[in-house]
Amino acid sequence: MAEDSSGETSALSTGGGNGHVGGETGDRTDRRRKSDRQQSNDRSAWNWLLLPAIVIPLLVPLYNRVEPTLFGWPFFYWGQLAFIALGVATTSVVYQKTKTRKNPDARSRPGSGTAERTGR
Amino acid sequence: MDGIKTTELVVFIFFFLLVTVLGFYAARWRRPDDLLHLDEWGLGGRNFGSWVTWFLVGGDLYTAYTFVAVPALMFGAGAAGFFAVPYTIILYPIFFLILIRLWSVSHVRGYVTPADFVRARWDSPTLALLVAITGIVATMPYIALQLIGIEAVLKTMGVEGEIPIVVAFVILALYTYSSGLRAPALIAFVKDTLIYLTIIVAIIVIPSKLGGWDVIFGAAEEKFGSGSGVLLPATGQLQYATLALGSALALFLYPHSITGVLASKNRDVIKRNMSALPAYSLALGLLALLGFMAIAAGTTPIGGDGNTIVPALLESQFPDWFAGVAFAAIGIGALVPAAIMSIAAANLFTRNIYKEYIRKDASSRDEAKVAKIASLVVKLGALAVIIFIDPQFSIDLQLIGGVIILQTLPALAIGLFTRWFHRWALIAGWVAGMGIGMLMLYNIARIDPATGEVIRAHFGGSAFALSKLGFDTPTTIYTGFVAIGVNLLVTVIATFILRAMNQPEGTDSTRLEDYFADEDDPRVQDLPLDIGEPEPVAGGAGRPRGPDPVT
Repeated sequence: MAEDSSGETSALSTGGGNGHVGGETGDRTDRRRKSDRQQSNDRSAWNWLLLPAIVIPLLVPLYNRVEPTLFGWPFFYWGQLAFIALGVATTSVVYQKTKTRKNPDARSRPGSGTAERTGR
Repeated sequence: MDGIKTTELVVFIFFFLLVTVLGFYAARWRRPDDLLHLDEWGLGGRNFGSWVTWFLVGGDLYTAYTFVAVPALMFGAGAAGFFAVPYTIILYPIFFLILIRLWSVSHVRGYVTPADFVRARWDSPTLALLVAITGIVATMPYIALQLIGIEAVLKTMGVEGEIPIVVAFVILALYTYSSGLRAPALIAFVKDTLIYLTIIVAIIVIPSKLGGWDVIFGAAEEKFGSGSGVLLPATGQLQYATLALGSALALFLYPHSITGVLASKNRDVIKRNMSALPAYSLALGLLALLGFMAIAAGTTPIGGDGNTIVPALLESQFPDWFAGVAFAAIGIGALVPAAIMSIAAANLFTRNIYKEYIRKDASSRDEAKVAKIASLVVKLGALAVIIFIDPQFSIDLQLIGGVIILQTLPALAIGLFTRWFHRWALIAGWVAGMGIGMLMLYNIARIDPATGEVIRAHFGGSAFALSKLGFDTPTTIYTGFVAIGVNLLVTVIATFILRAMNQPEGTDSTRLEDYFADEDDPRVQDLPLDIGEPEPVAGGAGRPRGPDPVT
């Protein structure tokens, strides 16, 4: 591994305990050049919307009860299945707000066989 | 109940033959220029769109064992078995935030395995080796468990003995060998269609036959008593939540999940799937309730094997031909994940052990050849474990698997966000987490809830009593959760110490923008300036050296 000898090596490798957490540490111009678009995508405030979908299903006392029942189901069961809708809703919104292209399959239809193989 | 169920068996064999044909045909599906490249054989060309990814990852994460064991757990232990639902809900937001970065950096740098990333990020072949070995060890028993899924179905149809399983697995091994990841991707279409069909029919037909949901939940309450069973006991709530969280964190660290994600063609395909994959969680939640239906229907497991509870219920409630369809769903459901897991393990062996330590100059053709053979070895190994060793051994190992794979969280998942940790500290943390995890699991006994007798003295479960740590409470917690806590603590402390001692940090060969790159961004292989990971493009490509050195 003799790489990183090129000019634009990683600033992260300088060591010395500067802990940068996943984000805007790049002070290099070469880094700015291409990453404007993507960085705004990756670090979006919309991502916070995903937090409730992770936390709420783990709050057991919230749903560890029988009432209210639905079609004979205790709340413990139908409530947790309802959280699936919460997860789908939040990931859908965040996807819509952070996606980079109109249709991720645009250049090829899935399942249609050979058409999908576009050489790089 | 004895005797072979001919109708069911015929339907089952029909579907099995169908997917066998598909498995071999898959080598021609989306035909690449050259299948002998690890990107093609091991990652399906890194080009799967939304639909294929949905079927592939769904077929990968929701295994036959899950479909058999979760209802069996509901049948035996009640509400605690429902943890699979919150587990598979929180999974996707976590995937969304973390794995997408892994996809990007792997896309740019050409990484095939999680250990490839770890090696480059932390500049530590040793750490990468630990991650690779952890992945392989955690995956092997998981493959073996898929066989238990098939076994449960075969038993219900009256087919005894090991030969049918051997035949099924050998066929699986052969088409995985020839088609790589394309085989499970194609078969997953059949598997998931059958699974959804079975569940929808089961959820409509069985309750109406049994007299409604009130009766079903009533029967469960009667069996478990009013206090706990249909609900969680107060002392089991922490275990429930930590098991769900720990399992979700573990699942995306498993090599087979990562293989499925890396095979998709761009970031948006992954994001889109995170809102589409929970459809499987709904299916799993409904399926879990089959455990309660079995209680209401008075189903008894065949030969005392708890895992046969779902097949036995379906067999008693469905006409023969449809029971055959349902059994095919479970049987094929075992093949898809088993194939992906063996491919993932083979990729790890090839990239992080063979190429790193045995033959550094292996070309991409050599890699693909070695990986194909490694996938055969892995599957035969799993088969041998099931046949020659007690299946309980695999169940124990899989329990351990979740705990040990979690120990790669700091190097892999947290490493996608920060390089603050010291590489040697990560190794120290891994060792500490492993040690504590094993020690705790060893000290968990399984106790019969009715009699209070100790059934198994060691490795009896994953619920660790906090009282053993000196807390004055009957509450239990998921072992993996404690182990990863210890791991992180040791990693942080060791990082401070190593920094103070000025130990070398190594060189990070990823760059910040790699973590946001998408389909159209240049990949390292394509750049004239080769600064990255990929193999030397030296003339060694076509050398007539066989793939024999499999060790």
